[in-house]
Amino acid sequence: MSLKPSRLHPADLLRLGGYGLRARPLRAVLSALGIAIGIAAMIAVVGISSSSRADLDRQLAALGTNMLTVAPGQTMFGDNATLPDESVAMIRRIGPVTSATATGAVNETAVYRTDRIPAGETSGLAVLAAEQALLDTIGGSMADGTWLNAATGDYPAVVLGSTAARRLGNPPTVWMDGRWWTVVGVLEPVPLAPEIDQSVLVGWDAAGTYLDFDGHPTTVYTRSIDAQVEAVRAVLAQTANPEDPSEVKVSKPSDALAARRATSDAFTALLLGLGAVALLVGGIGVANTMVISVLERRAEIGLRRSLGATRGQVRTQFVAESLLLSLLGGAVGVFIGYVVTGFYAMTQTWPTVVPPWALIGGVGATVMIGAAAGLYPAIRAARLAPTEALAT
Amino acid sequence: MSPVIELSGVTKSYPGGVTAVRSVDLTVEYGELVAIVGPSGSGKSTMLHLIGTLDRPTHGTVRIDGHNVATLSDRQLSALRARRIGFVFQQFHLAPGRDAITNVADGLLYAGVPKKEREWRAEAALVRVGLGDRLTHRPHELSGGERQRVAIARAVAGDPAVLLADEPTGNLDSVSGAGVVELLRELHASGTTIMVITHDHEIADGLPRQVPMRDGRVIGDVPQAV
Repeated sequence: MSLKPSRLHPADLLRLGGYGLRARPLRAVLSALGIAIGIAAMIAVVGISSSSRADLDRQLAALGTNMLTVAPGQTMFGDNATLPDESVAMIRRIGPVTSATATGAVNETAVYRTDRIPAGETSGLAVLAAEQALLDTIGGSMADGTWLNAATGDYPAVVLGSTAARRLGNPPTVWMDGRWWTVVGVLEPVPLAPEIDQSVLVGWDAAGTYLDFDGHPTTVYTRSIDAQVEAVRAVLAQTANPEDPSEVKVSKPSDALAARRATSDAFTALLLGLGAVALLVGGIGVANTMVISVLERRAEIGLRRSLGATRGQVRTQFVAESLLLSLLGGAVGVFIGYVVTGFYAMTQTWPTVVPPWALIGGVGATVMIGAAAGLYPAIRAARLAPTEALAT
Repeated sequence: MSPVIELSGVTKSYPGGVTAVRSVDLTVEYGELVAIVGPSGSGKSTMLHLIGTLDRPTHGTVRIDGHNVATLSDRQLSALRARRIGFVFQQFHLAPGRDAITNVADGLLYAGVPKKEREWRAEAALVRVGLGDRLTHRPHELSGGERQRVAIARAVAGDPAVLLADEPTGNLDSVSGAGVVELLRELHASGTTIMVITHDHEIADGLPRQVPMRDGRVIGDVPQAV
């Protein structure tokens, strides 16, 4: 007769693993909770940051990534450069450019809510001369009133950026350069051109007529065919100022927006680290539970050895129990993490995105922790001599 | 056919100089019902461990069911226990919260018996020990005597070469104890080889063969008329 130990069927092993947990359900739940909290924290951190990124992607898709802006830089002597007056017309002639519109800063002009405001309290708002096509090019929309048109653009009328309107207190008129100007509209925030939010916009012609505007464009906003954005970017500086292309600054606001959001990644890493610490503590809790379990179940170990369990089978039983315990925690943790992400995303009107790698990683981490936490107690259980185990 | 248990010159010493069993020779044939009887400290528990292959002798050879224990690895000894040796303990060692049939079926877990077969063999064993009406009762719903019967059913379900019973009546009142002894005699009558380890001469006196022990030695081995 051969004396080869029989292998345990996986279903039997699973049942054996659950045996200790079912015997002490409260202890199992409490020690699984530690793992659950760690996994939930990590899933939520990753989920919330992915959801935020998904929202940014969605926002960028809506705003378009085909906008380039052109602004004067500095001369080689460090003075502020200017763009030639013809630059807007020349940029429009670039083939793939679908639209190009300028704003021009009106220097040394401050905006006041009324004529009673002391001259020093300027609210820090810029006054910009704007062409009529600006609204379409920057993808802006009106919160209130109307945009400048051919009529209002010639007369003392202004459109306020969203921040400007709030700072001035949504006035019906503003006081500028010794004259009352009628507020005809207020803009919604413009994500791709945030400088517009803090500006008071007047018609190009009105700026020339009523204010001391030199007619130089200070920012040219352009939209191009999507596939040609980089090609356009390459030629914009030469086109805007063929004489001194180095005095022109070209930028892509959608990149800047993405970069700003990317800085929050460092914070995410920190939170992820905290989640990992929670997970580690949870793993220690599982190890502790398993050590106590082995101490308490000496008689059971002795019985199983007398029934013919090999050391390996005793070891496997306790490792299976530990794995089951941490997987239980991991599954609950993944669920809680997903719910937290969904709830937070809902309050921010973000899409809920939990990347699959986070889910797989979460479960994988619990498997590793369960194995690591269970290994030492399981080895101790297996080393126990059957006579010693039965003596208790 | 070789004997089921064959001890020759077996000595078991523990570190620290304690010798629990001294040069014991003992042969038990298939189909016997033997009692090892002696006061506490006589070395009978060590005998149980040696015969049950839970421990190895310091000197001498132990052959169980034809296998020399000294030549077997720990894994092979486990397999031997799983298939050829049944244990009954004083403390029953039943899993709380599991019904009788599960407790008995778990005894076959390490013998490589498929689940369905374990269950029907468990049921058959429980019927055999007279617990056919207690299949789904859990240990706390059973009397002490019934619990020991479940443990005996677990030991015989795998049809072992030898059943080792360590003080099987030690935790029972005299009526239940007598019932358990009666069950062991019935099992013996139907062919099971049984070795009972006990300090209780009253129980040993009722069995066909007694092996009295004192201070680690066998002090006479008497077949007796019952």
